[in-house]
Amino acid sequence: MSVITADLRNYPLYIRSVPTQNELKFHYTVHTSLDVVEEKVSAVGKALPDQRELYLGLLYPTEDYKVYGYVTNSKVKFVIVVDSSNTSLRDNEIRSMFRKLHSSFTDVMCNPFYNPGDTIQSKSFDSIVSAMMVQSS
Amino acid sequence: MESHEEKPIIYTMENKPIVTCAGDQNLFTGLYGLLSQQLPREPMEWRRSYGRAPKMIHLEANFVQFKEELLPKEGNKALLTFPFLHIYWTDCCDTETYKASVKEDMQRWQGALRLHGSTDWLVVVVESDGKKKNKTNILPRTSILDKIRNDFCNKQSDRCVALLDPLKDSSRSQESWNSFLTKLRTLLLMSFTKNLGRFEDDMRTLREKRTEPGWSFCDYFMVQEELAFVFEMLQQYEDALVQYDELDALFTQYVLNFGAGDGANWLGSFCQPVRAWSGLLLRRPIDMEKREVIQRGEASLLDLRSYLFSRQCTLLIFLQRPWEVTQRALDLLHTCVQELRLLEVSVLQGALDCWVFLSCLEVLHRIEGCCDRSQLEANFSHTVGLWTYATEKLKSLGYMCGLVSENGPSSEELNRTVDLLAGLGTEKPETDDMTLIIPYKKLKEALSSVEAFEKHYLGDPQMAQTFLQDALKSYTAEGWSLPITHTRKQIAECQKQLQKTEDYLQTSALLASDANLSDEERKHFCQEILTFASQASEGKDQCMALSMTAFAQLRELQFHPSAATVHIGAALQLELRLCSLMPVPVHLEQLVCTVHYSEIRPAPAGSQRRPALSPDGTVTFPATSPSRGAAPGPAAPALELQEIQDRSPSDNALNSTGVVCKNVHLLMRINDNPASLDPPSAAASAITVEDGAEMLKANDVTLLPGNNSIVFSAPVSDLKAGSYTLRQLCATVGQVQFVLPHIYPIVQYDVYSQDPQLTVEPLTGCSCSAKSLLAGLPQRVKFTILTGNYTVKKGDALQLSNSDSMPILHSSACSACILTSTGGVRASVSIQSSEKVTSISLPQTPPYHTLEFQLEVLCHIPSAPARAESERLTNGEVRHRPKNRTRYNSGMASIDQKVSVDCPWSIYSTLISLTFYTPFKAQHSLLSAGKRKYIQVCLRNVSDTNFRLANQTLADHQCTPSLQLLSLNAKTHQLVYSKQCVYSLWEVKWATEPPSCLQCVFTASFSPADAPDTALKPYRYEFQIERAEIQPAVGEQHCHAGALCRLEVSITRVMDPSEAEREDEEYTESEGLRTTKLMYEVVDNSSNWAVCGKSSGLVSMPVAAMATHKVQMEVMPLFAGKLPFPSIKVSKYLAHSAPPTTQPEADSCLENDNLSLLDKGLEDQGDTASLRSRGSVHSLGSGEQQQRGPPMPRLESFSPGQVFNCSMARQVLVLPSTDDHVLEVNVT
Repeated sequence: MSVITADLRNYPLYIRSVPTQNELKFHYTVHTSLDVVEEKVSAVGKALPDQRELYLGLLYPTEDYKVYGYVTNSKVKFVIVVDSSNTSLRDNEIRSMFRKLHSSFTDVMCNPFYNPGDTIQSKSFDSIVSAMMVQSS
Repeated sequence: MESHEEKPIIYTMENKPIVTCAGDQNLFTGLYGLLSQQLPREPMEWRRSYGRAPKMIHLEANFVQFKEELLPKEGNKALLTFPFLHIYWTDCCDTETYKASVKEDMQRWQGALRLHGSTDWLVVVVESDGKKKNKTNILPRTSILDKIRNDFCNKQSDRCVALLDPLKDSSRSQESWNSFLTKLRTLLLMSFTKNLGRFEDDMRTLREKRTEPGWSFCDYFMVQEELAFVFEMLQQYEDALVQYDELDALFTQYVLNFGAGDGANWLGSFCQPVRAWSGLLLRRPIDMEKREVIQRGEASLLDLRSYLFSRQCTLLIFLQRPWEVTQRALDLLHTCVQELRLLEVSVLQGALDCWVFLSCLEVLHRIEGCCDRSQLEANFSHTVGLWTYATEKLKSLGYMCGLVSENGPSSEELNRTVDLLAGLGTEKPETDDMTLIIPYKKLKEALSSVEAFEKHYLGDPQMAQTFLQDALKSYTAEGWSLPITHTRKQIAECQKQLQKTEDYLQTSALLASDANLSDEERKHFCQEILTFASQASEGKDQCMALSMTAFAQLRELQFHPSAATVHIGAALQLELRLCSLMPVPVHLEQLVCTVHYSEIRPAPAGSQRRPALSPDGTVTFPATSPSRGAAPGPAAPALELQEIQDRSPSDNALNSTGVVCKNVHLLMRINDNPASLDPPSAAASAITVEDGAEMLKANDVTLLPGNNSIVFSAPVSDLKAGSYTLRQLCATVGQVQFVLPHIYPIVQYDVYSQDPQLTVEPLTGCSCSAKSLLAGLPQRVKFTILTGNYTVKKGDALQLSNSDSMPILHSSACSACILTSTGGVRASVSIQSSEKVTSISLPQTPPYHTLEFQLEVLCHIPSAPARAESERLTNGEVRHRPKNRTRYNSGMASIDQKVSVDCPWSIYSTLISLTFYTPFKAQHSLLSAGKRKYIQVCLRNVSDTNFRLANQTLADHQCTPSLQLLSLNAKTHQLVYSKQCVYSLWEVKWATEPPSCLQCVFTASFSPADAPDTALKPYRYEFQIERAEIQPAVGEQHCHAGALCRLEVSITRVMDPSEAEREDEEYTESEGLRTTKLMYEVVDNSSNWAVCGKSSGLVSMPVAAMATHKVQMEVMPLFAGKLPFPSIKVSKYLAHSAPPTTQPEADSCLENDNLSLLDKGLEDQGDTASLRSRGSVHSLGSGEQQQRGPPMPRLESFSPGQVFNCSMARQVLVLPSTDDHVLEVNVT
């Protein structure tokens, strides 16, 4: 499973994945998925931003992973990649994981010492992600 | 359609609902064409059960001759062969015939129908006029119809219709024909509704039984598919698709449940090992082979899935939704792979890859078959997933079969290839259709040979490179480091194949410095560069210029000297801190820094022109990461925010305030144009090596991984004065040059040429006089000559003009010091003095050296006090301050001495001004004791030095013989400490009459206390004492009631002005007199006194402690007796336009801004109480009319405790005569 946060220019703010051995593939997968996110966002872009559902659902499946996406109103993208053999995680669980991520990300942004655009090094953000990873595995 | 086959063909979906025809076959045959053509012409609304939306449907039918075999037997669930309606045709029109044959035939027909429970029938009686004419027996035509109705349709009279001469073109027959068609359609639909409803119910029942042990998915599949077929037959593709989707979902759920441990028995057949992986087959609408396998319950998972998908695909294409096919195909392929894994089905390694690859191609092929080119191109986004998936699979197959390894496939891999090829299944029945086997051919071909695989998989390296560069650009712009590294590796591979040496080396450099790679990989790429650098030397002679960013980074530059400014001929060193990014030490043959010369003369203190330069001469370069390109975060310029306030022009009120970003254009540009962050490799081609004449060189440098320090020596000696800018840095390794094309921030060093300079200053650090020169004592003065571009030759001398008041003492041999930036040399100066001129011969000194020597000078103290301070106490203090306000704040008198110096390098004289300070201040006073008179002289040491004082004498200037001055002083030396006074006293004795005027001279000798051996220097103070008659004031002893008496109001400032007030000192000094205006007012509340004349007035109080101001006024006591003193009110007078007052600022602010008033008030008085009173200013101003307005003066009362009223509660005795007394009010 892997969690990625990227800013509006698709610059990665946070990447974390377990297991780590296939990181490159994760990166490719996620980078590709960001395009899908943009496609989806631009497709619903006509709707008013506050009416837009932030959760984008399953972005696209691959043989090995399921990639889910979430976009904040400021176009910060969250992507969760789950092993496709993992059937325990339903849409609702993924959705609540994204919400948690979003609120933790908001906390990170509220930190006056955090420079927007820097990679996230917040411990609390880290621990939220770790907890999600433990829960999902 | 008489030629009805026994078994309906369902290879093609040209089936129509079956309608049987019994009775007169000839009659029907005549009508058949018309009927089958007209039946679908008009749509009918089909209302459906279970709340499904009604549909308009065009009905078609397959009319077949009635046979008993056609009727479904009990338990036969086949719907496609189900006859939905039975029609009996007759044109019988006479009763006899009817009774004789037709009725019997109909009864038989009905019997057969009833036997099979079929209630959907219709009797058609065709009437024709022609037939009627022939028959003479005329019966009303309705009678046959009525008879039939009577005989067969007991309640359903609508089951029997009459058709009036359908072949005739009359309106009547047309009408009858239309109503017949409508009836037919209605009945057909009724039959559909009824029969399908029953079927669905049965199907549902069957589905509910799925938990029972004997249930089989395959059986159920067949049942529900039957329904799908019917819908498809009715062209209700949507409904048909729903059936398949339901089956799909059901199956998926079962597999998931199996994964969760809930396995169904029937799943066993799907768990058999996969033996064939021939991929999807989508060309035929129904793959009967697979269908039969399913029907037999022998289907593998792939079979079932393939069949299901082929059906869905067919329906979707009917529905014109080809893009959903691609979407579903991808899902299906993923699902299958997942499900096989979940069911733990054993699959030959690589078989699934084959299956997926073939399936992808098949789907794509199918889609291409039904769309035109433009449609396909517009929908690449839908097909790209499949292409990618196929590519991935082909690639993994390639690896699996050893097709990409350099040595070719191993025997194990060859075996695997053979196995895989076997599973593809060679025998394809449709070999005549060449397009069908294209995917197979491709795969087979690809798997069979290495070259073919490479052709199929890798494609053209040239094209690949272009694509990879695009990908790299996007990864770089978005900062994904791992993909960047990987893509670069692929690019390097392509470039190597394409023999693009320069690009390859550039990429190699980037990779060698990439921290994401392992050490071995980095070393490999580094070695590639080094190998090229060493081998190419004999071949091509031009150098390969590569960007330095990947190779090494310039971190810091340091100048020695740190100012980066040297004069011509001085040494300048430049230390470079290069961080090598290579994994191994690299030997550089040469490291060159190109320099650009410009003649612009640097400003002498030019450091402000080089903002990048830190005080210690270091320039730090921002670190950039080569692998990431310019990271958007740190590279973006910082926000420059500025506060703006919008004030209304009329009353200056704040309208709005905000924050503006001043450099939006910079920030936005970065956002809009990520392409500007070019990866270094792209910029590499543009590298040009500048050939500057000026360059700094270092030969044979070895760069170790990490930080390196390289020192350049700038050859300044033969350079012209001017500014030198560092432009490029170029490292040469064999044939390879690493070039840093621009050094930014701009680094410059300046070489200047300077005119000689002479400065003369008091010698600092001397024990006796710390910072300034004292008059009266020999003082050391330091001469500093900066030779600049002038060479001091032998015989050059400084000519100093002598002045009487400041002789130059040159008793001792004078030594000089020649200094360079590195060290100093001793030399000597010889001094010759003539009457007018002192000549100082200078030692030989090269240019840009500093020559220092010291001279001793003495400034005589002028006999008359140069600027004695006089004090007047009546009206305030007049204070003269020294012009230069040094820290000798106590007020030392200063003497300016000017010396003119002729320098050998200039035809003009240099005028040097030296300021000396008188160390003492003397004051005298005349003291009386009875008839005796004494003169006291107070000598105050105002310097920082302690002095020894001796021989104080006082002499009469005029030498009046009768006068005698008797010293009462100690004979010994006295010490006068800094800031202390020494008092001397003389008794004045005179013989006859004291002189009216006495001119005295006070003299004393002094020397610094810590240098007792030095000669005592004289100090002289002259003063004059005059005798004056003092008339005792004539005054009356008592006040008398009713008579005027004088009231003296005395206001005394008790304290020094506060610190805040001192701020104004400079200002008020120009006036010579510093005052505060006060307003006093005599108020008598108890009507004891009458004030005559002005009861109030303004006084100017000097700003000094104990300054007193006295005001005389006249009052008249109204009663005799002991009267309390009239009370006096004192308030501050704030003249708005009077700057000398202590509160000018406070005043001017008052009108505008209450906030600033608060602050000022605090500053002025240190007491907020004064603020309170500001509000009630009007009531205080009794004497003057106060108006609120900027230019009007106002009153401000003192806060409680600030005014002490001396005469409070004092009383005065009033007699019936005038009295005179003093009333005192003290003011702080």
